[in-house]
Amino acid sequence: MLKQCEGSHAIAEAVALSRPEVVCAYPISPQTHIVEGVGELVKSGALKDCEFINVESEFAAMSVAIGSSAAGARTYTATASQGLLFMVEAIYNASGLGLPIVMTVANRALGAPINIWNDHSDSMSQRDCGWIQLFAETNQEAADLHIQAFKLGEELSLPVMVCMDGFILTHAYERVDIPEQEKVDAFLPPYSPRQVLDPTNPVSIGAMVGPEAFSEVRYLAHAKQMQAIELIPKISREFQDIFGRESGGLIRPYMLDDAETVVIALGSVLGTIKDTIDEMRADGISIGVLGITSFRPFPITAVRRALSHARRIVVLEKSFAVGIGGIVATDVRMALDGLDQRIYTVVAGLGGRNITRSSLHRVFRMAMHDQLEPLHFLDLEWSIINRELDRERATRRSGPIAENILRDVANAAKIG
Amino acid sequence: MGFQPIKFYQTGTFTVGNRLLPPEQRSVQSGMERANALNSGHRACQGCGEALGARYAIDAAMNASGNKLIAVNATGCLEVFSTPYPETSWQIPWIHSLFGNAPAVATGVAAANRVRARKAGLPDSEVRVIAQGGDGSTTDIGLGCLSGMFERNDDVLYICYDNQAYMNTGVQRSSATPPAARTATTMPVGPEPGNTFGQGKNVPMIAMAHGIPYVATATVADLRDLEYKVTKAMSMRGARYIHIFVPCPLGWGSASNDTIKIARLAKETGLFPVFEAEYGEVVNVSKIRQRQPVEDYLRLQRRFAHLFGKKARLDVIERFQQMAEQNIRNFGLLADEKVTVGFRSSEHRK
Repeated sequence: MLKQCEGSHAIAEAVALSRPEVVCAYPISPQTHIVEGVGELVKSGALKDCEFINVESEFAAMSVAIGSSAAGARTYTATASQGLLFMVEAIYNASGLGLPIVMTVANRALGAPINIWNDHSDSMSQRDCGWIQLFAETNQEAADLHIQAFKLGEELSLPVMVCMDGFILTHAYERVDIPEQEKVDAFLPPYSPRQVLDPTNPVSIGAMVGPEAFSEVRYLAHAKQMQAIELIPKISREFQDIFGRESGGLIRPYMLDDAETVVIALGSVLGTIKDTIDEMRADGISIGVLGITSFRPFPITAVRRALSHARRIVVLEKSFAVGIGGIVATDVRMALDGLDQRIYTVVAGLGGRNITRSSLHRVFRMAMHDQLEPLHFLDLEWSIINRELDRERATRRSGPIAENILRDVANAAKIG
Repeated sequence: MGFQPIKFYQTGTFTVGNRLLPPEQRSVQSGMERANALNSGHRACQGCGEALGARYAIDAAMNASGNKLIAVNATGCLEVFSTPYPETSWQIPWIHSLFGNAPAVATGVAAANRVRARKAGLPDSEVRVIAQGGDGSTTDIGLGCLSGMFERNDDVLYICYDNQAYMNTGVQRSSATPPAARTATTMPVGPEPGNTFGQGKNVPMIAMAHGIPYVATATVADLRDLEYKVTKAMSMRGARYIHIFVPCPLGWGSASNDTIKIARLAKETGLFPVFEAEYGEVVNVSKIRQRQPVEDYLRLQRRFAHLFGKKARLDVIERFQQMAEQNIRNFGLLADEKVTVGFRSSEHRK
């Protein structure tokens, strides 16, 4: 059913349609509207046979999820940013135990300085945690990916993060086709785990494993993710068969076939990039974009195949590894091992900074003329940076950067 | 099950035999049908109070639940010694997740059970949930999750096996470590050797302050009392807490064959008050039977050795005596005394 609604509302509905049995909630922006929505559906009786638990922290949220999933219940939670970091120990535990929990990450920056707006630093910090990570481009895709995530996670016995841009998607009102319950039921069978905490068949779960088998256990975690590379497109096709639209999959090529320059990105910024590329194509420029939907597992073969004809690649990232540069770009390099292509990293949109078409035009054109530095930060305000660098040159211990900058800005305002 | 006091006039000891009792009054441990939930072959030290406490408690809970029990275990000695790869001593469904989250994991298990029961048309789950951990996971790293589980009144019985330090990592101080005690992080050196006075948490009282249906303390020295409390806890729904005093021969520097004796002395000196509380109010205390000086308790443990000998610290021993006196006053531990601690009954939980 077509509906004009907030992204978070669409997710709450998609989650409810997936018939979760336990949902644990802890508030953190910009994820809150999602669990609020699910909570209301449970409280009103619209979502039956579901326990909605208000917990005391994100660490508890993931821990409750571990318990309910291990006891055989389909389990959902959502978080973002600091909340994701606060549950990290339990996140690794959930994947280590092979529990198919589905969690929305409403992507948001990490502090300090505290910042509630969107970038990908939170989920990128968990790229090695063993969860599947899917990135949504639109609210429609975010809603669809949640339904697919339960199926994917339960088939593989692995937890799945559905990452969607905080505010940009979660708080945006747009048209979403909310699936019908009968179709979701046809697509997603009830959860029947192969191992569960059950007095009639007692098992010990989460026992200690020493050096004699630990490597094997870890390798099998990797092997499962490799299976996901096969399964993700399959589930996407099954979804299309039932719901009639393309959602999910590993990668999403756009104007790629003859493109000399290929931009790579994840999430909602793909929309702005596609608009930019349409305009550049109209100017006769050979450029395309590759959206990566599945960041974990990283589809090395599919990415390599999609990029084989490109002369240069611009990886546009909403996060970066401090001290080296691009995170996604590093994985792209792995995919392109041995090929002779220029790879640029553009770090953009940190802490919610707008990524504008005009900035993208500029940076893509610089790349086309191979005038871009290997690691480029989009739209930096150099006056702020230089003032702080000067201060640090003058006094080695010059205090917290964020507060220094705020003081600079305040002083400038006073003088001005 | 009501509590029936049993007196053994013929022995003069505290040994609770079963021969003289009708079968229905015998302890769970003496029964042929006991679950052996924590089976033999585990790697606990000789004389381990925690292994004993867990065996007593879980078998009693199994008996009370008709063998429909799931256990969630925090990281710690109990977890490590019971499940070394590729073995397990647990004869019941058992899960270990992390050090600080056992109460929350148990909440999740209970929620899943409740949904399954509802789908089957039952009013509540027949399968019951226990969470368990040592004092480190209970009083320190897991206290947030424990408090959350209490506050929501989730249907979980949490059992703390208190051996008063982080034994699994090599005897470091916890917030349950008594003052003056030697641990690896409170060494018996300097002018005030051992753990600092004036610190520590009283988690049974913290649990009572949540107004949950049931809070009790027990020791491994009194099997019948422990079994009675676990059985009573299992007869109730909602959040319940039992704090069991379990000596650790390794960490305390005590003889393996003194575990029961030390646990009994902890109670008989007044240093560890044994009581029950419902909805925040103390409803029953185990009176001291033969009052003992704290010195008798302290002397058996090398962790207090620096209080005795050439540089004996009579002043510190006297402070322990005062702690015992305060417990005796607060909980009315002598025959004719009344309880003076507790919280107003939490009507909203009932």
